[in-house]
Amino acid sequence: MPGFRAPIVPFHAHKSSLAIDGRSLVLKNVSMATAAIEIEKLTKDYPFGFLHLKKKTSLEGLSMSVADGEVFGFLGPNGAGKTTTIKLLVGLIFPTSGTARILGNSISDISMHADIGYLPEQPYFYDYLTAAELLDYFARIHDLPAQERKARVGGMLKKVGLETARKIQLRKYSKGMLQRIGVAQAILHDPKVVILDEPMSGLDPVGRREVRDIILELKQAGKTVLFSTHILSDAEMLCDRVGVIVGGKLRGVGAPDEIVGLKAQGMEVLFEYAGSTTLLQPFLSKAVQTGKRYRMQVSEADLYSTLQQLGGAGATILSVTQVKSTLEEYFMHLVEGDRAQAPAVEVSGK
Amino acid sequence: MRRAGIVALNTFREAVRDRVLYNLVFFALTMIAASILVGQVSIGIEEMVIVTLGLSAISVIGLLIAVFIGVGLVSREMDKRTLYALLATPVRRWEFLLGKFGGLVLTLTVNTAAMAVGLFLALKLVKQSGQHVEGPVLVAVYFILLKLGLVVALALLFSCFTTPLLSILYTAGLYIAGLFVTDMRNFQSDTMSRALQTLLRWLSYLLPNFQNFDVMAAAAHGRAIPGLLIAQNTAYAVLYCTVVFAAAAAIFTKRNLK
Repeated sequence: MPGFRAPIVPFHAHKSSLAIDGRSLVLKNVSMATAAIEIEKLTKDYPFGFLHLKKKTSLEGLSMSVADGEVFGFLGPNGAGKTTTIKLLVGLIFPTSGTARILGNSISDISMHADIGYLPEQPYFYDYLTAAELLDYFARIHDLPAQERKARVGGMLKKVGLETARKIQLRKYSKGMLQRIGVAQAILHDPKVVILDEPMSGLDPVGRREVRDIILELKQAGKTVLFSTHILSDAEMLCDRVGVIVGGKLRGVGAPDEIVGLKAQGMEVLFEYAGSTTLLQPFLSKAVQTGKRYRMQVSEADLYSTLQQLGGAGATILSVTQVKSTLEEYFMHLVEGDRAQAPAVEVSGK
Repeated sequence: MRRAGIVALNTFREAVRDRVLYNLVFFALTMIAASILVGQVSIGIEEMVIVTLGLSAISVIGLLIAVFIGVGLVSREMDKRTLYALLATPVRRWEFLLGKFGGLVLTLTVNTAAMAVGLFLALKLVKQSGQHVEGPVLVAVYFILLKLGLVVALALLFSCFTTPLLSILYTAGLYIAGLFVTDMRNFQSDTMSRALQTLLRWLSYLLPNFQNFDVMAAAAHGRAIPGLLIAQNTAYAVLYCTVVFAAAAAIFTKRNLK
């Protein structure tokens, strides 16, 4: 059983009620000071077939909100609807029904794009430009004054570790370098809301660490960050809250520790014992041995009596830890449940 | 509009870096070779031959660039997903289209202007008659540019909703049909029903009239081109481009970028 990491306590956290609805977990009545992103019953169907009479639902009635200054992780397997949601938010596709607002403005209002930064999934930019030229191009688009433009471009290249590659055309960039320049263009104009589609994709551990640091910096600067990811450890580490989407439907929303905390699985006892195995046979048969050490899980109700018996037999108790499921286990539980229900459903909208 | 200008300059930069303007070398070589050969094979009509050859080359090279780059203006950006990050900025979709259109027209203008300079240099080399063909040639070059603008608008329109291959076919088809609109309008046949004749007439007005822009013969003979035709062709090209561009913008604005 993987160890449980200390939970991130969301700085905006309010009292909220959690309800388990079948397999799904929905955080109800989230009272947030201000919502930077509000999504109401957002649905996206893609017509297909010769006459476009059939339709594939890529996103079904998504409702959620992201608080101002919050880092929100959007989790889900391939084709779950993460990219569809993000594309709807930034206006690349249009909803079949439902609405969404960013900073109080409708997503159909182009002027709000000045306050958002967006990194597309597997970004690809004009490969005939150098990194500095690309950032300068986006800075011009965002109407930054000439002096500020130069300083911002230089600063941003330094921030994403591409200072030495500033004069190299993007066609010579690796996937990881493109990802970094993508992050740079997304935050170049100091947006209030940053939306990143798979920002860690294609990055080596160093690159991932750098992007994680950038996200944490954005959080410290009070920015709202929504990012999708497959890498659950990153989500656990960075996010105030996460949302899990499977098969176009939102399955759960909440702080990572709240989500996994619902599935507390008892206590783990770590002890050392070098005596006769017959004495503690009932315990040792359930424990995992590493040298002289034994690791064993017991229910909270049995904990006291177990400790007494171990102590009585001369075992040294090294630690007692509460065991909770990880975000990965929770995620897999939802995904496998969904596949069991509808194994043939694969909606990607492509 | 300012943002459309930024996109246009970037589109021009793309064309330059993709070595689109290298065609000028081909044009220069053609003109040099023609200037040398024409003196040996044509007596007294050197200017006419050079003007016809030069204008034809300007038109064909321009058309190739307009069609083959024009059809990829939007579809290529969609295939490569280079426009995703851009359209998440405050750039409106019509501004993006206008920028792409403007960028290619700018490329064609620079290209055509450079070729026109080459043509005038070649003319200077072979000039013997003392006839003043420069004015009409300049107008002919201007008309070629108007024609190319129209072709770019059509290519852009198709680029917004179909594949590059089909866009090439549609654009080339419309261009060829547009060379025969006057014939289509005046076509009379006893075997053709009245309804079909009316349809043809309407179609001839609907199709882009590329015949109007062809003043090559007049330019080659040094005949003055009426100012009214210049005004008429300019207005026609601007109006037609605006209508086609509006259609392209209407389609692209509603398009889901999957």
